[in-house]
Amino acid sequence: MNAMDVARMDGPEADAPRIGGVLMEMKNITLRFGGVKAITDISFDIREGEIRAIIGPNGAGKSSMLNVISGFYVPQEGEVWFRGRRRPQMKPYEVAQQGIARTFQNIALFEGMSVLDNIMTGRLTLMKTGLWQQALWWGRAQAEEVEHRAKVEKIIDFLEIQHIRKTPVGRLPYGLKKRVELARALATEPKLLLLDEPMAGMNVEEKEDMSRFILDTNDEFGTTICLIEHDMGVVMDLSDRVVVMDYGKKIGDGTPDEVRSNQAVIDAYLGVQHD
Amino acid sequence: MLPDQLVFAMEVTLNGLMAGVMYALVALGFVLIFKASGIFNYAQGVLALFAALTLVGLQNGQIPFAHVINAAFGTNLHHFGWTLPAVVAIALTALVMVGVAWLIERLVLKHLINQEPIILFMATIGLAYFLEGLGDVMWGADIKTLDVGLPQGISETVETVTANWLGYGFFIDKLDIVAALVAAALVAALTLFSQYTKYGRALRAVADDHQAALSVGISLRFVWVLVWSIAGFVALIAGIMWGAKSGVQFSLSLIALKALPVLMLGGFTSIPGAIVGGLIIGMGEKLFEFFAGPLIGGATENWFAYVLALLFLVFRPQGLFGERIIERV
Repeated sequence: MNAMDVARMDGPEADAPRIGGVLMEMKNITLRFGGVKAITDISFDIREGEIRAIIGPNGAGKSSMLNVISGFYVPQEGEVWFRGRRRPQMKPYEVAQQGIARTFQNIALFEGMSVLDNIMTGRLTLMKTGLWQQALWWGRAQAEEVEHRAKVEKIIDFLEIQHIRKTPVGRLPYGLKKRVELARALATEPKLLLLDEPMAGMNVEEKEDMSRFILDTNDEFGTTICLIEHDMGVVMDLSDRVVVMDYGKKIGDGTPDEVRSNQAVIDAYLGVQHD
Repeated sequence: MLPDQLVFAMEVTLNGLMAGVMYALVALGFVLIFKASGIFNYAQGVLALFAALTLVGLQNGQIPFAHVINAAFGTNLHHFGWTLPAVVAIALTALVMVGVAWLIERLVLKHLINQEPIILFMATIGLAYFLEGLGDVMWGADIKTLDVGLPQGISETVETVTANWLGYGFFIDKLDIVAALVAAALVAALTLFSQYTKYGRALRAVADDHQAALSVGISLRFVWVLVWSIAGFVALIAGIMWGAKSGVQFSLSLIALKALPVLMLGGFTSIPGAIVGGLIIGMGEKLFEFFAGPLIGGATENWFAYVLALLFLVFRPQGLFGERIIERV
């Protein structure tokens, strides 16, 4: 743990272990909607600093799992452990305040606000001045705004969206919107970053860009990332470990190579021949 | 010297602008809530009435619910016997309005999360009737005078200055001038607050997308209490101005109707729009009455604003400053 922290402070070093201890653990999660089981008794963990993928065919329950992690859904059974503690039932905004940021499959941005303002909302919970100081623009309020603005500019540079800084998000094309959403999530300085199909609906070039940004994020900031994707190729290249889901059950868990040779996974993706 | 007709028109314009400021004060409250939660708050006018009633009640040391208590216990309570300085009474009323905002969130909005806008709209109609009744029961239904020490009557300065310049002294109410200054300050403060503070940003974020707001750690409930508190505060200001002008009575809640055309002109989502819309309506209806009134039999002020609003709905439905309605396909 300590070695990991030091390594992160000094920036990534090739000889320091990139992946640390368990950051988040899902224990026997079951989620039902009425009589339908979306997730059945699934357990897995996410280690500090790794890129963890959840894959599976459509309707496998991947997004539901992500929504459980981010607090949007409350599972009927099971426990969520985060940073060595069992997490009590929480509202989504409380989960976000704990350091779990996310993006959405069909993009949830503030369409009427500029790119800069969108990303600045990611800093909201990190700002410490109170209502009155803010209202009267008094004391630390101004210095704080400047400080956070500087951090946001770094993220803007990092994701190469300088040229659209002032553009209202509603006017941007799809690929850029996805990138702004990632920027906003990064602005919260998350301990765990959840990406819900970051590459859905993108062309090859955009996919390559996004893959690069995900790898760079992990590399540069040491951010733990958990992503959902159903493009197998992309996932296998990006991730350290993969959970495979099908019909709400876990059918595989391991490194990309292990998963690729897992018979249950092959069956789920290619179909089983019944004869 | 300018021709008489032009000088009169100038006075009418000026008075119209002043009246417009008063409309704008009410429209502001609508815009705030609509922006932050997409709710058209029918109760905004009643909020202003309630604030004004509470202010007068607190200032004069009236005992709330005195009628009910007297009827139940045969007592004869009416006043505590003290009067509060205006500033203290206004501050206390502002606190009451925050309390009202908190209760509205607790008892109404919290249970209607993710409902259709029309349902929330209906809820605010219910709220309007409830608050009107509550104000009645708490403070009594009689017409009250509101006196917080605002200057009243014709402004001699304006009269002398214009008399020297134009040979004709304009008649401008001092209260209107104060109202204009207060409205300008209010708009400046609200705009700065919503553009440059983290709470303002949170407010705009919630207005735009609930899910996204949650995902960056914004508590919707906190933002709603905040925005209804601010709307309550704006209602208090509007209540003070209108109350000082025409007394605190139940017709005060009907000023909300005058705010509607203002909103259609300015756009439901723009704070400066509410002001500009108010000014245009105020000025427009006074000038129209001045020029066209005599030709078509007068009393045009009753309908002019609504006809203007109708024209806007046809040609520019988002209003002058409203967010352009963009549909990406």
